[in-house]
Amino acid sequence: MIQRLALAVLLAVAAIALLAPAIAPAPYDYQDREKTNAPPDRHSPMGTDELGRDRFSRLLYGTRVSVLLVPAAALLSVVLALLLSLPAVWRVPLAAPAVSGFTTISLSLPWLFLYIILRAELPLNTSPSTSVILTFGLMGVSGWAVPARVFTAAMQQLRDSGWVLQAQTSGMRTWRIVLVHGWPHLRSLALAQLRILVPVYILSEANLGLLGLGVAPPLPSWGNLIQDLQHPDVVRANPWVLAPLALLILVMICIECLQTSPDISPESSPVSLR
Amino acid sequence: MKRFALALLFTFSAVAASGPAVPNELRFAIAADPGSFDPLHVEESNAEIVRYLTAGVLVRVNRVSGNLEPELAASWNLNEGGRALTFQLRPGLKFSDGTPLTAVEVGHTLERALDPKQPSPAGDTLRSAEGIPEIRVTSPVSLTIRYKTPKPGFESLFDGLGIADPRLADPAFVKTGKLPASAGPFYIAEFHRGDFIRLRRNPNYWKRDQAGHPLPYLDSVRLDIQQNKDIELTRFLRGELHLINRVDPDNFSRLQKERPGAARNLGPSLDSQFLWFNQNAAKTLPEWKRKWFTSTVFRRAISHAVHRDDMVRIVYGGSAHAAAGPISPANRFWFNKELKPLATDPAEALKLLASEGFALRDGVLKDRGGHAVEFSLVTNSGNSARERLAQIVQSDLLKIGIRVNFVPLEFNSLMDRIGKSYDYEAAILGFTNVELDPLLEKNVWLSSGPQHAWAPLQKSPATPWEARIDELELKQATEGSREVRKKAIDEVQRIVVAEVPLIYLVNPDYLCAISPALQGAQPAVAPPQVLWNVEWLRLR
Repeated sequence: MIQRLALAVLLAVAAIALLAPAIAPAPYDYQDREKTNAPPDRHSPMGTDELGRDRFSRLLYGTRVSVLLVPAAALLSVVLALLLSLPAVWRVPLAAPAVSGFTTISLSLPWLFLYIILRAELPLNTSPSTSVILTFGLMGVSGWAVPARVFTAAMQQLRDSGWVLQAQTSGMRTWRIVLVHGWPHLRSLALAQLRILVPVYILSEANLGLLGLGVAPPLPSWGNLIQDLQHPDVVRANPWVLAPLALLILVMICIECLQTSPDISPESSPVSLR
Repeated sequence: MKRFALALLFTFSAVAASGPAVPNELRFAIAADPGSFDPLHVEESNAEIVRYLTAGVLVRVNRVSGNLEPELAASWNLNEGGRALTFQLRPGLKFSDGTPLTAVEVGHTLERALDPKQPSPAGDTLRSAEGIPEIRVTSPVSLTIRYKTPKPGFESLFDGLGIADPRLADPAFVKTGKLPASAGPFYIAEFHRGDFIRLRRNPNYWKRDQAGHPLPYLDSVRLDIQQNKDIELTRFLRGELHLINRVDPDNFSRLQKERPGAARNLGPSLDSQFLWFNQNAAKTLPEWKRKWFTSTVFRRAISHAVHRDDMVRIVYGGSAHAAAGPISPANRFWFNKELKPLATDPAEALKLLASEGFALRDGVLKDRGGHAVEFSLVTNSGNSARERLAQIVQSDLLKIGIRVNFVPLEFNSLMDRIGKSYDYEAAILGFTNVELDPLLEKNVWLSSGPQHAWAPLQKSPATPWEARIDELELKQATEGSREVRKKAIDEVQRIVVAEVPLIYLVNPDYLCAISPALQGAQPAVAPPQVLWNVEWLRLR
């Protein structure tokens, strides 16, 4: 029941985000300079920001950017991590230590400085939509290391289990073992990693903005909308500033509710020898 | 019990963070530890404040009247056609540790400052293109500095040259980490890295009030290291700090609400925020964009299209003024009073652009070659005022069909682009002026200057108007008369406003907070603002 409710909420948020152009009372970048930091009223249900932009419209468009692209970036990281942890299953000589070394290097890299160098190499004249794709693509590509470590450990555990041995001795191909029998065990783990990465990426996007790599202004995102919370005066004057944070928490709770606990124990296999 | 222990711990931490109040001690915050306590190695504002409060100077510019006043030097004479300057020191001067301060010690300071091997910003301003000036100590209270060619207005530069403890020239002394003696109103008594600096009253300071009472009135000054401006304001409102030397516009409105008597707005500061286009000859831009950016008409049109009044109202909460040109009206003598901020007029902007062959089609401005007018605009990320200015520019220019891609960049990356690779199109930055005399702004206005933002380090001036500015700048740097210099600087301002290499946006107001307990303060827009007459400050 709770899972259905969570799914319904998530679908509703996604639908509202997709319909932002139809629902939003004003364009996200329209500055009503006579109405800056205004309290909520009939035209601006959540008030306006410091440049007179409608907070509700910006939240809708920001949700569109974050709700659709953050999970996509997190998914990219998880898929990359799964692919890179496969050598652990195939027993390819040196592949597992190579991936492990590669993961360690990736985890110890000073990504902040690499991002600064990357920004220096990228052209400045990019449209807001390109900047969005670039930002989330970058996060997706660079965030594979932690999940890869988790998946590698899980796959090694599966590889050494009795039922996999039985499947191998009965002539089942490795890819089939992985897809048909391994994946059900890993699915919950992958979902857990997704759940961890989504809020991390939302906040990372806001931080990347400081390096000139985030979502380009005036396009809103949850990350840059949440930055308003740094000013306690603004929050005191208009509590609707907290709306992006509330929405983020709601989405995270829903994702949590959708999640089933990961079970990767060999005993859980229907074909266990034990 | 646990709650009591927690409460006790909390109270203890609060006291430890702010320290117990010491009678007759002025308290304020600086953002970070000073980089150096050597008055000749001051490179940032925190060290500059400590230098000002501790190091004695030969002369001082009165921050309110603008006049040069005697300090360690009782008098001075400019002779040999403006080439030589002779200082007569007060007799019986001493450093805070009791060692004598004579012309010999002043000479040592000057020699060290002028030594090309020493990284001394104070010395940089005193050096000359013709080489190092000659320094001659003629008596224990007299010394002369002689240049090969006249160097007008240079006596005021000694306001920035703190006379250093001679031991600072000795690497063995510096290695010990001992705090130097000083000849200013205070000396450095304690330094707790990352926590606070305590200055104590210099018992050998020469100055006395009219009643013969020795100055300064304060016994000590405590400078807390506090980077967070919100916490600084909270501590001021709690009465833990006596002043905030520079209040952010966002915090100023809170200060006005909660402590209106302490909030001071002195009107336009010496600072300015401006936008400019990359006009470098380096091949970092498509040819058509370089053509736009090097067109005076294009730049003037952009200047007409931006709403400076909105910037003042929205970004600075009214605590700023629309900028007219390169010198702020706060600099009363040097500001050209004929200049007024350019009126916002998008229709005029479009008319000017049409005269250059631009046309607005379906909401998009296109040049003669059919290229849509679009450029990137960079500024330093994290500076909320500049980021808002950029978004106002972005929105204003969209109304005349120009798409601006705003990219906030990390500061060092930004500096690299605008100063080294020249890989940018337009930028918003600001000048923070510390001197009233425009003599030191030569590096901005000379076409060969490194700070000539739109096209630095030119071998020869790219345009006739830049050649004329070069001529005027060299004239004002070698001409002795203040009136002749003023005329030259007035013309430079007129040319800059007419040719718009920099589109001046606003002059933010100087905002500060002064506790009613602090008496004798005469805040000024020139640094160190509230602290400039520190020896006269009293606590009630």
